[in-house]
Amino acid sequence: MAGRLTPITMAAVAFFLVAAVAPLFVPSWATLFALILAKGIVVLGIILLLQAGQVSFGHAMFFATGAYAAAFWGKYVGGGDIVLYLALGAASSTLFGLIVGLFVVRYREIFFGMLNLAFSMVLWSLLEKMFHYTNGADGIRVARPNLLGMAFTPETFQYVILYVSLLIAMAAFFGIQRYLDSPLGHMLRAIKSNETRLEYLGTSARRVLLFGYVISAFLGGIGGTLVAIIQQIATPEFGFWTKSGEFVFIAILGGGAHAFGAFAGAAMFEVVRFYAAAQLANAWQLILGAVLIVIILYAPGGLIGLRQRRHRSKAGGG
Amino acid sequence: MANVLLSAKGIKISFGGVIAADGIELDVHEGENLAIIGPNGAGKTTFLNISTGYLRPQAGSVSFLGRDITAQLPRTITRLGIARAFQIPQLFLDQTVMENMLIAAASLHGRPSGIAALASLPERGEMGRLLDLVGVKEFAERKARELPEGRRKLVDIALALALKPKLLLMDEPTSGVASSEKFGIMDILTSALSKEKVTSVFVEHDMDVVERYADRVAVWSLGKIQKIGTPAEVLADPKVREHVIGI
Repeated sequence: MAGRLTPITMAAVAFFLVAAVAPLFVPSWATLFALILAKGIVVLGIILLLQAGQVSFGHAMFFATGAYAAAFWGKYVGGGDIVLYLALGAASSTLFGLIVGLFVVRYREIFFGMLNLAFSMVLWSLLEKMFHYTNGADGIRVARPNLLGMAFTPETFQYVILYVSLLIAMAAFFGIQRYLDSPLGHMLRAIKSNETRLEYLGTSARRVLLFGYVISAFLGGIGGTLVAIIQQIATPEFGFWTKSGEFVFIAILGGGAHAFGAFAGAAMFEVVRFYAAAQLANAWQLILGAVLIVIILYAPGGLIGLRQRRHRSKAGGG
Repeated sequence: MANVLLSAKGIKISFGGVIAADGIELDVHEGENLAIIGPNGAGKTTFLNISTGYLRPQAGSVSFLGRDITAQLPRTITRLGIARAFQIPQLFLDQTVMENMLIAAASLHGRPSGIAALASLPERGEMGRLLDLVGVKEFAERKARELPEGRRKLVDIALALALKPKLLLMDEPTSGVASSEKFGIMDILTSALSKEKVTSVFVEHDMDVVERYADRVAVWSLGKIQKIGTPAEVLADPKVREHVIGI
């Protein structure tokens, strides 16, 4: 997946460079790019599961877990640091992913997707109903944290969280590329192609999928923590099924054939939403829906698929 | 007499009213190529499925090297040294032939969790040798789905050999292969098994193949082993010729 698609990896490097530099010239893009990167990290987890042919319609549960880990710390302990929040978000979502994963990796396809949805809706209900602890639908405000003990003004902080998100996104992108190139990554893809043969090679397909699932939960948690810090709030909406759908939407938009699909899709999604919401406040979902229809009809491999198709047709046409 | 590798004792299994095995007793000896023949639906593949843990018998037991493997998981049985090749080749079609082989190598050595790239595994040379042994090395970098059926069969067998098995169970190794190619494929196959010192059991419908490549033949019909012996003995039996071969 990684080695054969060098042009796309180069496009990813170019994207990370733009994310690092462009907001220096247009300050309002700092938060936009931070959100793109944070959501891209979550969608990387969705793309990971797509390698095994599985779609999770409940990954918002890990996103919400990461967000609420930071929010609970701020509410009940007080004083926070980005590194601490990220560590809490990563640890709690990984643990939650392991527990949920032990159940869901027994199932495949629609059953896998719907069981994930069911778990996520249980979490959403708990966040909504346990008002005394979670503030219900109002959510919990996440105060602006420090970074390694240093406090920042709001103007500076938007760049701090942008570059933290960028560093994590790059590490996640290259880490996932490495994972998918490893034996375990190839076995994950082998589940989609021929699970029976994998078992007859002496490997437990469930364990292979569980490993991928826990990594995807970890990524979901990290992304959730970042978004809670960026938006300074965690609400039950973070765990609602429409949020899970949004992540799957972004994965389809970007394309599941390469890790960069996560960031390409997140960029397209957030940019369309950012500008469509400004122009057509009540109809931005309509525009996003139209974009998805066009992608499915004309580029079923997503934005990444478009690039690959162009590459192939060039090669074919000499 | 050579050591008994696989031993089935009193195996019984039926599917609704169809009795696939009714007290099967069968030993597979180290170093032999045992062919199982019989009418369609007699239960030959069911025996392979039971021996590799895919099905659980309703009665009886299967042991491998003296260890009871009845109802163990396929992956557990694979790790003990029984590999399987399928009637329809079971490959990872979206991956290259070499990647297929390296996945098998990583499974065998129990270190799939390493972060080294699959392509850089030290077993690459050994996997290339096995592909060469079964005559498909030239396809190593091609995606498995691009290979013709006969070549896929050989890759399927190479995958099984990558597991360094003591026993290989094969389901109709020449089915789906052009009749002009079947002896060529069997020559490659039996030579590879001999070089790798692998015992084999193969289910087969082609009596020319059975006569030429089997050391012993078991006739499976009506849920029982009706006759077992050398190909010359078994294929000369008038009952076998009439009821099983259909001559």
